[in-house]
Amino acid sequence: MITILLQQMLNGLQVGSVYALIALGYTMVYGILRLINFAHGDIFMISCYFGFFAACALLSNAIPTWLTFIATMMVSMLLTALVAVLIERVAYKPLRYAPKVSAVITALGIGLFLENFTLATLGPTPRGMPSLLPNVNYRLGALSLSSVQILIIIISIVLMILLDRVVQKTMTGMAMRAVSYDKTTASVMGVPVDRIISTTFAIGSAVAGAGGVLYSLAYPIINPYMGVKIGWWAFIAAVIGGIGNVRGAMLGAYILAFVEVFTPMVLPSSTYRDFVAFTVLLIVLVVRPTGLMGRVTAQKV
Amino acid sequence: MATPLLSIRDLCVSYGNITAVRGISIDVEEGQIVTLIGANGAGKSTTLRAISGLVKQTTGSIKLRDTELTALAPHSIVEAGIAHVPEGRGIFANLTVHENLMLATYCRKDRDKIPEDEERVFSMFPRLKERLWQLGGTLSGGEQQMLAVARALMMRGVIMLLDEPSMGLSPILVQEIFKTIREINQDGTTVLLVEQNANMALKTASYGYVLQTGEIALHGLSEELADDPAVRAAYLGG
Repeated sequence: MITILLQQMLNGLQVGSVYALIALGYTMVYGILRLINFAHGDIFMISCYFGFFAACALLSNAIPTWLTFIATMMVSMLLTALVAVLIERVAYKPLRYAPKVSAVITALGIGLFLENFTLATLGPTPRGMPSLLPNVNYRLGALSLSSVQILIIIISIVLMILLDRVVQKTMTGMAMRAVSYDKTTASVMGVPVDRIISTTFAIGSAVAGAGGVLYSLAYPIINPYMGVKIGWWAFIAAVIGGIGNVRGAMLGAYILAFVEVFTPMVLPSSTYRDFVAFTVLLIVLVVRPTGLMGRVTAQKV
Repeated sequence: MATPLLSIRDLCVSYGNITAVRGISIDVEEGQIVTLIGANGAGKSTTLRAISGLVKQTTGSIKLRDTELTALAPHSIVEAGIAHVPEGRGIFANLTVHENLMLATYCRKDRDKIPEDEERVFSMFPRLKERLWQLGGTLSGGEQQMLAVARALMMRGVIMLLDEPSMGLSPILVQEIFKTIREINQDGTTVLLVEQNANMALKTASYGYVLQTGEIALHGLSEELADDPAVRAAYLGG
């Protein structure tokens, strides 16, 4: 029993790490624009395709595997960031002073556009991500853990710590927090608000891009609709943790991942996991409407 | 006469159908304290917001020496040398006092001079040094006003725009803030001061403009304005 529990916790850590990387994008964009970027799940999907094409192109060359892996990550992160910045400029920026609901509908539309654009250009056939790294299985007593699993957990945690430091310690991070609090005053302090918003989209999406490559290492089937479910779960994770709060998003992601892996152990079928996840969401929202780590902010009129 | 540091010509600003500022012209000479007084809704804050690029003018020009500011984005206007202490202070409640100060240096190129300015700010406002690691939102109203002015000092602009610095402060703190404004001016910063407290503003400034429903009703040396029967009746309580 203990073994199964530990094994599932390990799986939970792996799943949670990927959710966390995606949830960060939701929470950062919400923090700065008060916009729930419903296209973010599909941006994750796009990043998986970027990773796929990068991996295919790089694998045909005689480059060491670890270098191929790093290059794939870099390409995917960079291109995903570019796409997100482009989306922000073209679709969200013109709506910055429009009613919030216009921007949310636009975000949903962009999500559908990305899905259908991918479907139209690349077809519905799922692609198989080539294995970039040899997947070695280690046994730790009765526990089994794979090298890919360890890699996902470590890279995710490193990225999260890095991002947290950027937000808390750098001038750019400080500017992000200031813009999220009051754009007008931030601009009067000399902060280039538009550039900071673009940077936020770029960072949030680059992290999702890293998540995309790591995810497709573990689950190497890529299709145009893969972003929907993961996007929703990451969004719920961000809300549970307190949307707008970077550390909250990470916490929420791991909580949700544990719900996902432990539900089938307690309830008869894994199909109950959505039910359990949404129940957790509802309970959190009833008890703490701003999420576990969210702060109550006065609504400015 | 030398060219003014800041010169506003025929400035008009509208919010939709409402014209808030109707063709005003203001000159601020280097080293002066100039005040803009007037009742609520006279267009004082709007004028400052137009200088900072927060509202776009319908017509008119705003020049800082030879730089036309109306074409610039707010952050570029800061870079050009405008340090604006906004109405209501605009403290970032979610940032520490230190972060609030550092943020104001965002676009400064002379990073090596920042510690020096920090020392100057702390000697002026020792209270802020004690509160350095507290969140801006935990400060009292008076401390927030000090932080707002300190932040503008950290920007090291050539001219400081102050929007109602006395608002919501106790009489003692009002005295203190005006004393600070004079100190800042003596250190070489030109000041454009918007105030409803006309009495204190005219005592502090050397030149004043009286704004009435978006137009300049009167302007002149502060002493003259303070003696003007119309000004006394309308703004100085007779």
